[in-house]
Amino acid sequence: MLRYVIKRIFYMIPTLFGLSLIAFMIIQLPPGDYITSLIASMQDSGINVDPRQVDRMREIYGFNDPIWLQYLKWISGILFRGDFGYSFEWNRPVADLIWERMGSTLAISVASLLFVWAVALPIGIYSAVRRHSVGDYVFTFIGFIGLAVPNFILALSLMYFSYRFFGQSVGGLFSPEYIEAPWSWGKFIDLLNHLWIPIIVIGTSGTAAMIRILRANLSDELHKPYVITARAKGLPGYKVVLKYPLRIALNPFVSAIGWVLPDLVSGVTITAIVLNLPTAGPLLLRALISQDMYLAGSFILLMGVLTLIGMLVSDLLLALLDPRIRFT
Amino acid sequence: MTVHTFIDEAPETGPATTPLKAGRATSDIGEANQWTLVWYKFSRNKLALVSGVAILFFCLVGLFAEFLAPAIPDASRPQFTNAPPQQLGFFVTEPDGSQRFQLHVTGYAMEVDPASLRRTYVPDPEQVVPVGLFVTGAPYKMWGLFNADLHLLGPTEAGDTMYLLGTDRLGRDLMSRLIYGTRISMSIGIVGVCISLVLGVVLGAVSGFYGGVIDTLTQRVIEVISSMPTIPLWLGLAAAIPLTWSPLMVYFIITLIVSLFGWTGLAREVRGRFFALRGEDFVTAATLDGSSERRVIFRHILPSLTSHILAVVTLALPTMIVAETALSFLGIGLKAPIVSWGVLLQEAQNVRTIANAPWQLVWPAGAVVVTVLAYNFLGDGLRDAADPYES
Repeated sequence: MLRYVIKRIFYMIPTLFGLSLIAFMIIQLPPGDYITSLIASMQDSGINVDPRQVDRMREIYGFNDPIWLQYLKWISGILFRGDFGYSFEWNRPVADLIWERMGSTLAISVASLLFVWAVALPIGIYSAVRRHSVGDYVFTFIGFIGLAVPNFILALSLMYFSYRFFGQSVGGLFSPEYIEAPWSWGKFIDLLNHLWIPIIVIGTSGTAAMIRILRANLSDELHKPYVITARAKGLPGYKVVLKYPLRIALNPFVSAIGWVLPDLVSGVTITAIVLNLPTAGPLLLRALISQDMYLAGSFILLMGVLTLIGMLVSDLLLALLDPRIRFT
Repeated sequence: MTVHTFIDEAPETGPATTPLKAGRATSDIGEANQWTLVWYKFSRNKLALVSGVAILFFCLVGLFAEFLAPAIPDASRPQFTNAPPQQLGFFVTEPDGSQRFQLHVTGYAMEVDPASLRRTYVPDPEQVVPVGLFVTGAPYKMWGLFNADLHLLGPTEAGDTMYLLGTDRLGRDLMSRLIYGTRISMSIGIVGVCISLVLGVVLGAVSGFYGGVIDTLTQRVIEVISSMPTIPLWLGLAAAIPLTWSPLMVYFIITLIVSLFGWTGLAREVRGRFFALRGEDFVTAATLDGSSERRVIFRHILPSLTSHILAVVTLALPTMIVAETALSFLGIGLKAPIVSWGVLLQEAQNVRTIANAPWQLVWPAGAVVVTVLAYNFLGDGLRDAADPYES
């Protein structure tokens, strides 16, 4: 098992490297750099800047270095000092800005994942056991709709419905009176009251996909001889399903974290922008629009790392569940 | 020595072909070529068939947008902002009480809110605006090639209003915008898929055919790309598009961005099939026959998985459309004057707009959802039909 874990972590390194290259590329992509925008804003306020001074500043900030050296400086700053660069829009180090936002992104992603599992598991089992029943068709239909409706359209529709029928607006994570309040039971309840809409919005497509997978796997499994044997020897119906076939059908369920998680993080980003949640999404969009690239690049990097860690966890869980993986 | 004979051994019963569909003769199937078999199997899936027709319909709408749209998408009439949809009717009542066939829409009555002085419109059944088929209306340039002014449906009197789906905040006809948006949104999907088709097929074929280092390298790249959350990545790339670029350039770059991340699934599929087919007899035969590697890949192996590729491509299309819609919705994808479904949805971003003019959300969102669903059903049907030889 330990060998597998080490191997798996080792495999992550090239992927992480590729990820950091993409993030760095995005940082470098917009034309001009910080100095360009600084000089533009200085000229706006009437200060004339000597071109030689500009060159000196570029020298100081290292913008004249070859591109690989800039990358090296950037990545070593992150790895060894936790220094993600400087946010020119907020005039603060990026590291001060991102952690809180990444925390809430992580929290909502995990909550959505739990929602996906909690909903998909019973429905998937039901659909597999009662194939082609009315309930199965209903869930299949809802599932297709869930897959087809993009997150932000779902969020907009829910916003409209809750405005229309409950008369409340559904943005944010807290009611105004709780935003600055210290944590209390009331604040927690208020959080739950606001959290269910984003979680449903983000989790729906993942849930639909999971139900389809579980239904397909479990119904394959249910027709195998050992299940018939179990039934023949008189095991009660629920045990025939839950004891063995479900455990095998659950493997893809766990490994699906690997591809559901990027979707969830992606979904959190856009849903948060629509619903105005204090996660990385709105800040990322703002940073991108104002070309505050270090902030934006750090978010993209960290979101990628988040999904990679999620995939690692899912692979390790799978290895725990399934000895065939650990020993080959 | 004893010889075992089975009593119930059945006599030979001819080729083991099972009829794909009751009523189709076995001899028919025996002689049909692969595409005919695929079609037999596909046409049994009614949902996929209907979806295919829907997709075709959307494509035609996009193709003939200028003719189908009642108005020019950018033509705004500020006096009719956020006007609700007008009902299309077929019969009008004459003063003497008899009914007469006349295509028409109901007119508007304006109400001014005394508190805010804001004008709102309500449909007024008393007013009748006659409309007709094949009317001359606003002039346009068909496909940018020749001038025309014929519209499928429009008010017979120039200057009358016909807003079947309502108007937006600048008083532009939503129906015309939706129809023009269909052209952009559908074409982005198709163009984007073509780009990722080339990338995916070439990289998948090469990595599946040669294996080894090339394969490992390609797989790593695919892993990196597919582990990235797509929306932040698209946002990052799209935000770098300079504001000074022409809308057409932006359109192509957005298509490129969208397709750059859509090819991974296709490459995986192609690679897997290549692994399976590499050892087949016909490949060995072709190699022994002196075919070059390129010929073996593109002439012998690829054609045998065309139907699979078609299915994967169809399933990849909705992702592209949603990607463009999401980017434009967030304001860093396509921008005016280009109209796409995402650009339309951007107008419906806040609760107030949606509450006042829900049609601005309903129609573009409906178009996106129907298209995505149809592509999914069509793709599922194609995937099931892709291999007509398995039962």
